[in-house]
Amino acid sequence: MTGPAVEHVELRPGAYADSVALLQVSKDVAAVDGVVAAQVAMATELNLEVIAGMGFDVPEASPNDMVVALRVETSEHIAPALAAVDAALAASRRQPSGSGEVTAPPRTTGSALSRGDAGLALISVPGQSATVEAMDALEAGRDVMIFSDNVPVAEEIALKQAATDRDLLVMGPDCGTAVVNGIGLGFANTVRPGPVGIVAASGTGCQQLLALLDHAGVGITAALGVGGRDLGADVRALSTKQAMRRLDADAATELIVVVSKPPADEVAAELREFASTLSTPVQFALLGADQPDLTAATEQVLTSLGRDIPSWPVWGEAAQPASGLLRGLFAGGTLCDEAMILAEGALGKVWSNIPLDEDHRLGSSLDADGTVMIDFGSDEMTRGRPHPMIDPTIRLDHLAKVSRNASVGVVLLDVVLGHGADADPAATMAPAIREALATAQADGRELRVVVACVGTSGDPQGLERQAQALAEAGAEVHLSNARAAQRAVTLIGSAS
Amino acid sequence: MTSTFDPAGGIVSTGVSIFADALVDQALDVSRVDWRPPMEGTESDLAVVATDPLRPEANAKALAAYLGVQGNLVGVAPAREVLGLEKGQFLHAGPPLLWENASGPMRGALLGAAAYEGLVDDPEDAEALFVSGDNVSLEPCHHRSAVGPMAGVVSPSMWMWIIEDPESGRRTYCSLNEGLGKVLRYGAYSPEVLERLRWMSDVLGPVLAKATADTGPVNVTSILGQMLQMGDEAHNRNRAGTLMLMRDLAPAMVQSGFDTGDLAQVFSFIGGNDHFFLNLAMPACKLALDAARDIEGSTMVVAMARNGTEFGIQTAGTGDEWFTGPAQIADGLYLGDYGPDDANPDIGDSAITETAGIGGFAMATAPAIVRFVGGTVPDALATTRRMNEITLGNNDRWSIPVLDFLGAPTGIDVTKVCRTAILPQINTGMAGAVAGTGQVGAGLVTPPAEIFPKALKALADRARARQ
Repeated sequence: MTGPAVEHVELRPGAYADSVALLQVSKDVAAVDGVVAAQVAMATELNLEVIAGMGFDVPEASPNDMVVALRVETSEHIAPALAAVDAALAASRRQPSGSGEVTAPPRTTGSALSRGDAGLALISVPGQSATVEAMDALEAGRDVMIFSDNVPVAEEIALKQAATDRDLLVMGPDCGTAVVNGIGLGFANTVRPGPVGIVAASGTGCQQLLALLDHAGVGITAALGVGGRDLGADVRALSTKQAMRRLDADAATELIVVVSKPPADEVAAELREFASTLSTPVQFALLGADQPDLTAATEQVLTSLGRDIPSWPVWGEAAQPASGLLRGLFAGGTLCDEAMILAEGALGKVWSNIPLDEDHRLGSSLDADGTVMIDFGSDEMTRGRPHPMIDPTIRLDHLAKVSRNASVGVVLLDVVLGHGADADPAATMAPAIREALATAQADGRELRVVVACVGTSGDPQGLERQAQALAEAGAEVHLSNARAAQRAVTLIGSAS
Repeated sequence: MTSTFDPAGGIVSTGVSIFADALVDQALDVSRVDWRPPMEGTESDLAVVATDPLRPEANAKALAAYLGVQGNLVGVAPAREVLGLEKGQFLHAGPPLLWENASGPMRGALLGAAAYEGLVDDPEDAEALFVSGDNVSLEPCHHRSAVGPMAGVVSPSMWMWIIEDPESGRRTYCSLNEGLGKVLRYGAYSPEVLERLRWMSDVLGPVLAKATADTGPVNVTSILGQMLQMGDEAHNRNRAGTLMLMRDLAPAMVQSGFDTGDLAQVFSFIGGNDHFFLNLAMPACKLALDAARDIEGSTMVVAMARNGTEFGIQTAGTGDEWFTGPAQIADGLYLGDYGPDDANPDIGDSAITETAGIGGFAMATAPAIVRFVGGTVPDALATTRRMNEITLGNNDRWSIPVLDFLGAPTGIDVTKVCRTAILPQINTGMAGAVAGTGQVGAGLVTPPAEIFPKALKALADRARARQ
């Protein structure tokens, strides 16, 4: 760059593309010759902060405006950069197939359902618009999976009540994972058919179960996600019960497993009561201080089915203990919960953005003097931005930051594979781990990285390949998140 | 079987593309929704209305009520007799309007009507009357079961078509069409305009009244179905409808005993005015839409109307409340030397045809006029398809051959308009902005977008109040 950079910021009212598409557009434009920085995003509060953080003067805008912010070397680079924006936006729009027929693409879920005989709708629009789309599906007599988070709880209850009245199933909102009739929805692992039916109020918890069961050679009939709040005191397990009824009616399901983040006590009690009325045995894996972790729960499932418990695989080894603090950087909320519960026993209270007790809620700095575990997939972190299982940027930035923190001894990470997730997470995670270890070493410190890599050999990314790449970067990689967390705790504990 | 989901039927994916891509990777048939954010600030009202337990059934009931009505032409009579209009009472198009807010063509039509009723000798003298408001009153046609094209001014001496629902006996009304160019409904009030109106009262009205009485009920709804198949969209093109009506009434007219010179004039007047049937199409549409009124929880639009200043809508679930915003200038073609600066904002009750699923909603069926209203044939087909995205259903009685006999998209849903930001497409004539000018062109127009969020909010507030 020879002279001072030139900035070009423009608003495009009424233009719209989803956050993932815009991520790709920004990336494409940033790669254009003469472009120093580029951010194309919907003008949500969060995105405007990001753009301001990049040093741009941010104009007054509404969330329905698209912002194009460019920093280019000279003013001559503006026109080609804008042309690249338009080309990338055009490429992100898929034309409906068809030959010259004058059709209008469906603009609502209801319109799309009325045109064919699709049996299910998958909704991943921003949370404040998810309810109306999901209601279309219920009115059309279809089950619906709502990936979107940030849906008001009153709307969730209304949707689930409407579904129960129609004997339909609402998976979500904030449902990351489901496997229905062999099809993975959202973030889902490739698993074989088998006797276990899963009901999950936890996406990554479900994925951990799928990964461990798959390793043990056990398949599933279905994994029905219900959303993280379903077992809360407000929603009162409306979808969990509906999903359990479904699985109970299914002859191929020999055992129902209900997996959830810590539920409301009275709801858990009510569910146990409900389970006793079903003809299929039900096993609960409800995370909590005095409850089995997900790996132990999986082992119980295997025992119930009369199967052997295999040894859970580990790749690489972080042999030396390390002194300092433990930092957990998670994409999966339940994996973060599980690690916190396991760490708390040995290391005391854990600071988090999803704390086990409110006294230990992290501030906006996401840092504290003590054990810290962050869920980068939580609602407030994904508002107007893709999930960290799709876009690793924020988590990798934080990993770099943590590696420069002299008080940190061990970093605990999760890498979740499967349909919908990053096509090759190790491609960015492995170099970031290598970099973090080198940074610490350059400072004369010992840093250890432990990773829970949740996936199956059938996943598009390939479990073995991902785990190997992470191990080669210097991490100790576990299939079991509980084992990874225990190992991280041991590394810290044995050093101090 | 652990779900209602059959993989062979595929999945609808609404939102980020990676999940749809992941399903395609699993060899699934995926239908992608071209989702965009809803109109600004409507999210929470949309969620409330979407989860209103009354809505699905209320909308089904509203649509069924609308579809269940057939309109019969049963008579022609002066407004004073059938509407109870008294001297000094005037009806106008669109939502309620005060004289001081009235646009040029509306004022022109009212001045002309005042002279026609003999309240003044010279139309210009009537202005003082309307300013003072003494012994004159203005009221929307819609409030008296009537509809009026363009300015829609109805005065006691004008003759009205009477359309009746044979099931319930309900009736709607519309004035007789005056033809094109310099006419009262476009705001013209020159002596020849008033002279034509007098001929219509003295000759045309009585001839049609006798012929209609002698012929017996004529099913207007059925004629509408036939005209759609013949290339009319029943708003800007009514050629086939006009001729079919004449075919039905001609034998009785010939045998009516009226002077043959008068009859020849009547035939020539009707035959020379392709819009003659519009004034039957409009009340037939209103008759059917009124059957859907007052259904708590329904988000269906039952009227769209403009008074030349404001555009207003009413919904089935919000009683007689009007939701209004500034009327827009149409985009279209101009007569002679006229241009956009000469046009008045959108005016008339004729958007009742679009409300019922014809006019702009049935553009695909009328390729002959697409260029007149500023479009191409593919645009016309796409417009009808697009309107299908904002309607509750289709009217199979009014089917569109070129779209594989798709029924006219019917029952505009306020929630779908707010969700998609697709506005109803209206085919319209354009009146001159200055009183007395007459027609200056024709084209396409949409309602002001903000009236749909307003209506949605009222629907959401009612749903909240019910909870």
